[in-house]
Amino acid sequence: MPTLTINGKKVQSREGAYVLEAARQAGVEIPTLCHFEGLEPWGGCRLCQVQITKDGWDGWKKMVVGCMFPVEEGLIVLTETDEVRETRRVVLDLLLARCPDTPLIRTMAKEYGVERTSYVSNPEPTDCILCSLCTRVCDHIGVSAISTADRGAGKEIAPPFHEPPAACIGCLACAEICPTDFIPYTTSHTTRSIWGREFEMLRCEDCGRAHITKAQAEHHAANRAETTDVPQEWFRYCDSCKRKQQASRFPAVPQLV
Amino acid sequence: MRIESREQFETLQEKIRAAETDNGNRILVCCGTGCLANGAKKVAEAFAEQVGKRNMDAEVKLLVKNTGCHGFCERGPLVVLQPSGVLYTRVRVSNVPQILEKTVDNGEIIPRLLYKNPADDVAIEQYSEIPFYKNQTRVAMRNIGRIDPTAIHDAIGAGCYSGMVRALFDMTPEQVLDEVETAGLRGRGGAGFGTARKWRSCRRAEGDRKFVLCNGDEGDPGAFKDRSIMEGDPHSILEGMVVGAWAVGAHEGFIYVRDEYPLAVLNLTLALEQARYLGLLGENILGSGFDFDIRISRGGGAFVCGESSALMLSLAGKVGEPRAKYVHSTEKGLFDLPTVLNNVETWADVGAIAANGGAWFAGMGTNKSKGTKAFSLVGKVKNTGLIELPMGTTLRHIIYDIGGGVLNDRPFKAVQTGGPSGGCIPESLLDLPVDYEKLTEAGSMMGSGGMIVMDDRTCMVDVARYFLKFLTEESCGKCTPCREGLKQMLAIFDRLVEGEGVAGDLPLIERLAAGMQVGSLCELGKSAPNPVISTLRYFRDEYVAHIEDHVCTAGICKELTAYRILPETCDGCAGCAKACPVDAITGERHALHVIDHDICISCGACMGVCPTDSVETFPKVELMKEVV
Ligand SMILES: Cc1cc2nc3c(=O)[nH]c(=O)nc-3n(C[C@H](O)[C@H](O)[C@H](O)COP(=O)(O)O)c2cc1C
Ligand code: SF4
Ligand code: FES
Repeated sequence: MPTLTINGKKVQSREGAYVLEAARQAGVEIPTLCHFEGLEPWGGCRLCQVQITKDGWDGWKKMVVGCMFPVEEGLIVLTETDEVRETRRVVLDLLLARCPDTPLIRTMAKEYGVERTSYVSNPEPTDCILCSLCTRVCDHIGVSAISTADRGAGKEIAPPFHEPPAACIGCLACAEICPTDFIPYTTSHTTRSIWGREFEMLRCEDCGRAHITKAQAEHHAANRAETTDVPQEWFRYCDSCKRKQQASRFPAVPQLV
Repeated sequence: MRIESREQFETLQEKIRAAETDNGNRILVCCGTGCLANGAKKVAEAFAEQVGKRNMDAEVKLLVKNTGCHGFCERGPLVVLQPSGVLYTRVRVSNVPQILEKTVDNGEIIPRLLYKNPADDVAIEQYSEIPFYKNQTRVAMRNIGRIDPTAIHDAIGAGCYSGMVRALFDMTPEQVLDEVETAGLRGRGGAGFGTARKWRSCRRAEGDRKFVLCNGDEGDPGAFKDRSIMEGDPHSILEGMVVGAWAVGAHEGFIYVRDEYPLAVLNLTLALEQARYLGLLGENILGSGFDFDIRISRGGGAFVCGESSALMLSLAGKVGEPRAKYVHSTEKGLFDLPTVLNNVETWADVGAIAANGGAWFAGMGTNKSKGTKAFSLVGKVKNTGLIELPMGTTLRHIIYDIGGGVLNDRPFKAVQTGGPSGGCIPESLLDLPVDYEKLTEAGSMMGSGGMIVMDDRTCMVDVARYFLKFLTEESCGKCTPCREGLKQMLAIFDRLVEGEGVAGDLPLIERLAAGMQVGSLCELGKSAPNPVISTLRYFRDEYVAHIEDHVCTAGICKELTAYRILPETCDGCAGCAKACPVDAITGERHALHVIDHDICISCGACMGVCPTDSVETFPKVELMKEVV
């Protein structure tokens, strides 16, 4: 278990962890936009910059991203130096120019003293910060319905050829993981629409609520039922009914007075 | 026929060499890309045909060879006659019979076809006497233009694979590593990382499956050194890679070739097939017991695919975007396995080092930058083309002695080195010895070895904008500082060249540049501000003039520049009036012509055609003053 120092505090960390995890565990906040626990680190937003150094580096410091830099014994991490804050400030200033109306970005930028962007504000404001969380989570569940298209300033998140993506199962993982609620969708009693596709909903056999798309259940049966412990049964009831059922199965616990 | 042993190889090599000296007359036709574009293929065919006819009376034996790029790309097709060493330039099919009759048969020179030194207009007969070549020392490009890249026997005759034989039979992998370390070889693809250090780290890495890769992506605009080596001497790359593979313990190699280089792919493919056929590649190379083979992969078509982590992802069939490299690719590279990646030129150097020893290589160059380096010399310079020189050669020597000086003898302003993310070096530093450290200190870099010479009619703000535009288009867009930063930086520069710059722009540029340098994910974004920072460092006045005075001192930025005709020298030829696309110029024949500034779009066409140099630029703001 490597021991490192974060802002002067000694922290024991898990072997194989990244600096961000170690910092959070020690109660040190590092801002992030493209990080999500459970997904492979990506290192795209560049907000989680920190400085590292070591005894014997003669005071030399190096800027790295906390979400990807592996912890090691004796590492000294500084998360709030002037250089760190300045780099994050530039990143947020740039993001604010891209997304001038996005509440999350406005709040974060403000914390770094940026109320108005120093750059040319996007004439077509968007909420997409290109963190790629949506495409990465879609890849992660093995669907890969959406991806990034184009490069540079023209980069965007889109289904292949900008057409309703055949592979999509309407699970909403992308919409739910999106930190700025950029991905629109609607769910009614019978259907859900997202990325220009319509999905038939399955209803909870108990309460009757539309809780999952049929395509999602089918995808699970075809691809994941065998490799995970989750039986197909799982999809007959909605989450809250499942919880109730589970609770009712516990033997009554005598109340302690 | 497979060669089974070192002895067989050496016997073959001697045989080839003996045959070559017998051969008497040889005709080398350059079939590099530039020459091909000028019709070299037809010329080569005409020679072959004519020689075939003549061969029947068996007077002279001739060899028609397709050779790679000589470097004189503008003067093609080039033909070198051996053994006389006579060089002819701009050879046409119609010249072929004459060359054979006069020069080959009778040793008579055809003055018309000779090369004229642009510096003094003197005709030069001998290939080796041309200042452009005389002043070069060629290691990586040793065989280019001397051998037929599609004939492995030629390469072997020229000494190729001798270094590989030495490494495989006389040296242990450790000894090869030591030799490369003694050579002081550093990567020729950009950063100048110590090659031996990289290899050692890969050798030490755990695992049986390792890779050796060649980076032939060469995406810098205007760069063509790697292309020339791949097209003109592919075997030197294969040889280097076998040596590298032996040193690190790899059995698989890939050459990643830029998609726009079909001739490189073709010549490399042929080279691989021929090398395998002879047993110089594949299982049990020359009976040494060492197995190594190479495959070719065509690039992903983006500049950023040349970046090492992006290249490895692209090779693995994934999207070619960079990823953070906190773990070295020598430990986790291609398919997350230990990998060595080197540039084409680096590999070409390796074979020569294995053959001649590290001390020989280290005998050239400077303290920390050893050996020679290839450059693509382009821009406003009399001789353009590929050059190779010992490290430490001064910029002045390169531009004036080899390059022949600035085109049309205009004043020199700056030289841009290092590719799109390099920097501009001003006249005051012309005596700078070119090596990794010195270029970096000057705010530029070695990069891929691009060198663009600029004359006084170059606006440095416009130059910086040009490179920014290229990089903006090539940024992969994965990380915020590079994607958004380049876009915003370009927006600021668009303002500047249009005279819309504002007081806070320079500090804003500097702050953004620093953020991009520190914050970007890969070297593309980190180094993208270089052209901006270096021009600001040496030509800040020009920026200030654009912003404060709305003046482009070089007279380049259209929005800030107007044109006028000098009454003293204008002879009224009317050439300008004809050239003007918007009919802004009027005047009687043989009398002064005048430009109507309300119509003029500042395209500069008049200036380009004026035979008496009577058109000059002046700041547009002066027009406003006149009105006031
Ligand atoms: C955006 C970008 C593009 C690059 N393109 C090339 C290239 O075309 N060829 C090359 O050899 N190296 C290129 N490099 C450098 C490589 O990442 C790597 O450092 C090099 O291939 C290593 O070989 P060397 O040590 O022999 O120089 C590029 C780097 C960046 C950041
Ligand atoms: S620096 Fe530019 S090219 Fe490199 S990862 Fe970031 S966006 Fe892509
Ligand atoms: S959270 Fe680390 S780069 Fe985005």
